[in-house]
Amino acid sequence: MADLRVNIGNLPLKNPVMTASGTFGYGTEYADFMDIERLGGIFVKGTTIEHREGNPYPRMAETPAGMLNAVGLQNKGADYFVDHIYPKIKDYNTHMIVNVSGSSIESYVECAEKIAALEQIPAIELNISCPNVKQGGMAFGVTCAGAAEVVRAVRKVYPKVLIVKLSPNVTDITEIAKAVETEGADAVSLINTLLGMAIDPMKRKPILSTITGGLSGPCVKPIALRMVWQTYKAVKIPIIGLGGISNWKDAVEFMLAGATAIQVGTYNFIDPTASVKIINGLNAYCDQFGFKSVSELTGALEV
Amino acid sequence: MLDMKVTENKDLHSNYCLLKLTSDEKLPEMLPGQFVQVQVDRSPTTFLRRPISINFYDKEKNEVWLLVQKIGDGTRAMARYKPGDTMNLLLPLGNSFSIPGIKSEKSLLIGGGVGMAPMLFLGNYLKKEAGVEPTFLLGARSQKDLIQLDDFRKLGSVLITTEDGSIGDKGYVTDHHILTKVRFHRIYTCGPKPMMMAVARYAVSQSIPCEVSLENTMACGIGACLCCVEQTTKGHVCVCTEGPVFNIDKLKWQI
Repeated sequence: MADLRVNIGNLPLKNPVMTASGTFGYGTEYADFMDIERLGGIFVKGTTIEHREGNPYPRMAETPAGMLNAVGLQNKGADYFVDHIYPKIKDYNTHMIVNVSGSSIESYVECAEKIAALEQIPAIELNISCPNVKQGGMAFGVTCAGAAEVVRAVRKVYPKVLIVKLSPNVTDITEIAKAVETEGADAVSLINTLLGMAIDPMKRKPILSTITGGLSGPCVKPIALRMVWQTYKAVKIPIIGLGGISNWKDAVEFMLAGATAIQVGTYNFIDPTASVKIINGLNAYCDQFGFKSVSELTGALEV
Repeated sequence: MLDMKVTENKDLHSNYCLLKLTSDEKLPEMLPGQFVQVQVDRSPTTFLRRPISINFYDKEKNEVWLLVQKIGDGTRAMARYKPGDTMNLLLPLGNSFSIPGIKSEKSLLIGGGVGMAPMLFLGNYLKKEAGVEPTFLLGARSQKDLIQLDDFRKLGSVLITTEDGSIGDKGYVTDHHILTKVRFHRIYTCGPKPMMMAVARYAVSQSIPCEVSLENTMACGIGACLCCVEQTTKGHVCVCTEGPVFNIDKLKWQI
């Protein structure tokens, strides 16, 4: 039995396997299928200061080895989360991490402040990379100045572990990673979805109501892996890798490329127990190759 | 999540097959209107699970039936499963049709195309569990497109409309003469959206409670991804968890 514990900044995780925001609800949706307390952490659905109805239906298109979504941050707002959801999830024996989104610096700050007051939420993931909202979201995440500005503002009001989720829809993700590291981010998570599009040739119309949407699933894995590798060489803060992870081999690859921990996202829809299988697989891999601690895998790629 | 065994896969029509599945484990209780999410193997272009409504649940035989319309790669791959093959399912998912408490109620079950599928389970449940005699109204393009008629006839009277008039009344389900003669207490419907909207329009005009079963495109099936939403009086809700069955007075349909 290998030691599966890892640290994201000063947040200790029982293992490096977590679930990605927007793919695991608030955890409770999956409790029928698996013991969610086995997870290193759960990144709950993107939360904004205001109630958001999200984008109109249709919001999803299947693609080869993946899917496009255009949900548009549907959520009932930070106050609803604090009053109605937090009480139900706070006592789970795993880290509940809130994905915080906004449409302006002020709305990010206000939302982060509300979440900071919740004792049993040890970290937030700042979402500066959602491609599905017109204002804010990805707009902050695609320039160094924008990313730096929002992280600087949130850092002032958020004393706990601050993770920044990066967009792959940029020329050089390492520049953005360096910018948020400079502003005091404790970790980065990458990648969010890739901007994509689907067309119905028979109707000659876009499939998504928003025309474009975010691509995820196994099809994005090689891109995500490359970005984790590049970012690992550019920053000192821990990296949480995600993008198309569906089994323990994928998880090992992300760690070898430089990730300290990983998130399972879209594949939760295919196999709701995928994350538990990955924890077991990582442990078996470490035993097989004589790694006493899973943390030895981070950046251990032999080149 | 269950690995189930295919006991039978029968072609009922060039476009439909009927899959029967069982399990070594006792199947969970299932209600009419609920659905399953099928993981389709051997179809490289099929990434997501396929939501399929429960066509029938045979408690004694520990068996569930899925009526599959072959429309894309995923459903065509499902049609190729053989007896003895294993199929992974999430089940049962979603809410169910509401069941009347009064036995004398006249219920009309309207199905069109593959939307006939859940009506068989519902009709059986109404008859066996609620003591309500169901009346089925089935709509199809042509006589050859009507499937499982023998199963429906065992449960109640079966009325038919076809677009070409090859059997039953000619036209759409809402053109059937029964609608002007008999006043039903309750209408359930599943089928193409234009058909369900026409049924809903009729129900509203007659002040008859009406439930529709929606089939919005979905990914997870368990309320996590928020892709399959429908606009309702409560805002956007997931069809997979708050549906697939909705009373039409909860929907924002322009009817």
